[in-house]
Amino acid sequence: MNAPRATTPFQSLIEAHAVAVAAFLRGMLPADDVDDVLQETLVAALRAYPGFDGASPRAWLLTIARRKAIDEHRARSRRPEALAEPDAIAASPAAEGPDAALWERVAALPPKQRAAVVLRFALDLRYREVGEALGCSEAAARRNVHEAVRALRATDPTTDIEEESA
Amino acid sequence: MTTDIDLKRAVRAATTADLDLAELGDAVSRRAADAGLLDLAYAEIDSPLGPLLAVSTPAGLVHLGYPNRPRDAQLEQLAERISPRIVEAPGRLDEVRRELDEYFAGRRHDFGLALDWQLTAGFVRAVLERTAAIPFGETRTYGEVAAAAGSPRAFRAAGRALGANPIPIVVPCHRVLRSGGALGGYGGGLDVKRELLTLEGVL
Repeated sequence: MNAPRATTPFQSLIEAHAVAVAAFLRGMLPADDVDDVLQETLVAALRAYPGFDGASPRAWLLTIARRKAIDEHRARSRRPEALAEPDAIAASPAAEGPDAALWERVAALPPKQRAAVVLRFALDLRYREVGEALGCSEAAARRNVHEAVRALRATDPTTDIEEESA
Repeated sequence: MTTDIDLKRAVRAATTADLDLAELGDAVSRRAADAGLLDLAYAEIDSPLGPLLAVSTPAGLVHLGYPNRPRDAQLEQLAERISPRIVEAPGRLDEVRRELDEYFAGRRHDFGLALDWQLTAGFVRAVLERTAAIPFGETRTYGEVAAAAGSPRAFRAAGRALGANPIPIVVPCHRVLRSGGALGGYGGGLDVKRELLTLEGVL
């Protein structure tokens, strides 16, 4: 039997998943970098596509996007001007209000927790797929989200902490 | 109190924005072409016969599909036969669109497009290459095309070869008729064959 390989035109992956990948990158990078890294992600995916086994294309694309976001973050922190913007990775929505304040705290989470939160809450991914995209187990993905939520509640300036089922 | 609902709302507000897929496809296909990764670029081209699916490789036009076959089925077949690296990239098909527009407007009799013959081989290819040389407004019989391709008695095989033409219109298999003048067959449907021959003043 032949090894499984992609036989779906790559364009259908773009049509089905580019919106999700874009949302993930908006959660991981400054707004100005999102378009470029999204394109880089899709070109890298196109390069690897003939060897892709066809399973979980969304998680596969998100894995590539996460690596590209990390590359971008590293490249940025090597540039001297990045010293002046220590919070370079924090995207900031234009709006103000409680959502923006909460998002600022999400943006300040460690990158892996933040990625887990974005995948879980922006894209509604199951923990199994969050794990696939982050390159960790389902259990570790769950733990990342729970720890992030706990940290957010601990830093919530408005109220006391209360556990809630996720 | 930060609830899951608050969190979901805040994360969505920060990560949701409009995404122009056509613009993204153009940018990706440009970068992919620069990197030698755009194995197949496609676009739908409007025509009097309905939308045509035009697909090119770096070597040239490789497939022109009629609307009587579903677009996705055509693309999937190309993914299997050539490469799954297929991106919608209308800008890569501008030349094809221009020449087809001119042909349908009656302003072009010969196509100057680069063609990629990789979907054809052997006798099929020989028949199609001979067919490509039939001038605008003229016709040949299946037997004549078979003979020109080196097998005078293989007119049935010539008919099958023309039916397998991956680049109709540009490779004008509509100019091949039965010896009595009957239309014969056509992959895009006989109405389409009739329309093309009418455009060329044959009918």
